Amino acid sequence: MKKLLTGNEAVALGALEAGISYASAYPGTPSTEILENLAEYKDEVIAEWAPNEKVAFECVIGASVAGARTLFAAKMVGVNVAADPLFSFAYSGVNGGMMLVSADDPGLHSSQNEQDNRNYAKFAKIAMLEPANSQECKDMVKTAMEISEKFDTPILFRMTTRVCHSKSLVEIGEAVKPTKKPYVKNLQKYDLVPANARHLHVKVEERLKKLEAFSNETELNYIEWNNKKVGVIAAGVAYQYAKEVFGENASYLKIGFSYPLPMAKIKAFAAEVETLYVVEELEPFMEEQIKAAGIHCIGKEKITNIWELTPDIVGKALLGETRPVIDYDLSVVPNRPPTLCAGCPHRGFFYELAKLKNVMITGDIGCYSLGGSDPLNAKDSTIDMGASISMGHGAQKIFNRFNENMRTISTIGDSTFFHTGINSLMHVVYNRSNTITCILDNRITGMTGHQENPGSGFTLQGMPTTIIEIEPLVKALGIKHVRTVNPLNLKELKEAFTWALELDEPSVIITRWPCVLKKQSEADKKEFGNYFGKCVVETDKCIGCKACIKTGCPALQFNKGTKKVKIDESQCVGCEVCKQVCPVKAIKRVGE
Amino acid sequence: MRETKNIILCGVGGQGTILTSKVLSNCLMKAGYDVKMSEVHGMAQRGGSVTTQVRFGDYVHSPIMGKGSADILVAFEKMEALRYLDMIKPEGKVILNDYEIASSTVLAGEEEYSSLILEEVTNAANASVLNACKIAGNIGNVKAMNIVLLGCLVKFMNLGELDWDTAIRENVKPSLVDLNIKAFYAGLGAVSN
Repeated sequence: MKKLLTGNEAVALGALEAGISYASAYPGTPSTEILENLAEYKDEVIAEWAPNEKVAFECVIGASVAGARTLFAAKMVGVNVAADPLFSFAYSGVNGGMMLVSADDPGLHSSQNEQDNRNYAKFAKIAMLEPANSQECKDMVKTAMEISEKFDTPILFRMTTRVCHSKSLVEIGEAVKPTKKPYVKNLQKYDLVPANARHLHVKVEERLKKLEAFSNETELNYIEWNNKKVGVIAAGVAYQYAKEVFGENASYLKIGFSYPLPMAKIKAFAAEVETLYVVEELEPFMEEQIKAAGIHCIGKEKITNIWELTPDIVGKALLGETRPVIDYDLSVVPNRPPTLCAGCPHRGFFYELAKLKNVMITGDIGCYSLGGSDPLNAKDSTIDMGASISMGHGAQKIFNRFNENMRTISTIGDSTFFHTGINSLMHVVYNRSNTITCILDNRITGMTGHQENPGSGFTLQGMPTTIIEIEPLVKALGIKHVRTVNPLNLKELKEAFTWALELDEPSVIITRWPCVLKKQSEADKKEFGNYFGKCVVETDKCIGCKACIKTGCPALQFNKGTKKVKIDESQCVGCEVCKQVCPVKAIKRVGE
Repeated sequence: MRETKNIILCGVGGQGTILTSKVLSNCLMKAGYDVKMSEVHGMAQRGGSVTTQVRFGDYVHSPIMGKGSADILVAFEKMEALRYLDMIKPEGKVILNDYEIASSTVLAGEEEYSSLILEEVTNAANASVLNACKIAGNIGNVKAMNIVLLGCLVKFMNLGELDWDTAIRENVKPSLVDLNIKAFYAGLGAVSN
């Protein structure tokens, strides 16, 4: 039977068919749905959200050493967080098979950089697989387990946004009942003290040689002979783009096992074709190695290493082909950027925050990064998960040292705080800082689509679990000044900011209100009540001052003709932020 | 050998473009086509511009299509039609829902929502304009607007003979099946090619 699946759904299914019994991850686009789908197979697979990628990776190492087949998944920047255990696990090797999915995001659809994680395979000296469609995503999970166990290596399973999120046909196979290998204590393998690690490095180099021999033999790297005037070497979705452009007019060396590269096979292929192209997205990962092996090929001098490729870009670069398009004036089309939803609990917070003078606002990764967009404009920076607190600290120290009248305010979500914010806050306390940390607790991991986290009270499978409460946690870290406020109440927010700015010690403001899109738990209903309703503008009272429009709520529309504001009934949830902002009390709650 | 056909659906987050392409792709798959569907989960939970691409034929390579290669563009929102007009072949077809959703920049008064969008699109391309919102409202729920548009699309693809009822039944909530099947046929009958 065939099904239309995304690459992520196919990986989860592949895990079921490959007998994987432990998986862990932290949510991150475009990787998130792998664990969400694995959660469906709870009798076969223990699948867990970890507070961060390092924790997830180490849990997976433990499960592998104990003898199980295992999977770790992250977006590409998440692999950075897990890089510490990765490089050392590359030395010790596995017991049960282990694969780490790196879901890269060429084109930065939802990421802060465009790093090419294929480099991690070379850097950590481990094997790499690159599926090009959903069928390969599923099949290669089983292959990854076999290679991992045979060669005693973790596998970098490299995907990209288009592979993760495109749907294509997959032939469904049989689920297998997971088994485990026996656990045998082995200090020389798993105890990476220098005396052991020194010898393991020798093994790693020997392993690479064996893996290269395998790479030359395996059917994962195969040749399709057509016209020999042009030869193309490609892997992943770039292979599909090359096929789209050249069709039968070129021969292909399709790379599925992409580190170590099958250099002997590449040499033989190159010898048969007149012009050799390497079609790859982002960095010249294959091209540099092929050139270093003395093989002439054309790659990045024609194909850009910036943003994601498309069949168009490849066609234009290599054949000079462009298709006719309709000519029209695109400049009349207004932008449609993402916005904080109507009723988002972050809106009131950023609205009040934007009013503060002489502050540097360090942001973090989440929906609330939209607090920096028009018209709220309440942000100075975003770097990586947890950076708001530590960056804020570094900046504050310098403002203080050079006697500048500036305060830093760090804004971080609940899930991001659990991810790596806790360590940073510890640093703030320990080093006698006076930053203001705002933890925007919307009771869920919002931007990636509502994943549970250590503060939400549920596991990945929806099982009730201990709620890790933020307020006692930050107090235990040594924060003496903590306030929890309702972010829909602008007066409360304003008072909290004034209070914190007057302190010369570190403080924490927790804004606690559920994401407006969240399916509320029983605990949420009990704590927050049913606050949903509608607001309307009393048109005769509206003076058209646009004060409410400055909250950036998508439910509010200013009519230039009538000079009045209207609230879109279908979007409004009755958060009442606009009502508090209106200087003439023209907005009221329906039924009041 | 059936040539690969390219369909692009565009609209605003929350309008149901993804569900529509799911029904479309699954029905095509069951009819024996190779199908690839692509979407990007961006930062926008709501309110951002969204597109999904569906490609089908005997064998489809790339999950995404290039500019100037769509046979049909279905615009769930009229301004979005103009945003993606360069995706269609010059002789391609536009199905244009006469429905307006202002973007945040328009709401804030920073940019204008041109009153001439319909003219711009119909002057530049072969477009069929309909009010899917009104059609869906007439049969009971404006939210079925997306499946009305699917009906129009199927009409222009000349694939009315496929088993759309089953595809709808298998992909929408059970309580909404009857409404959506009604919406589909309303869309199918709303345009002629």
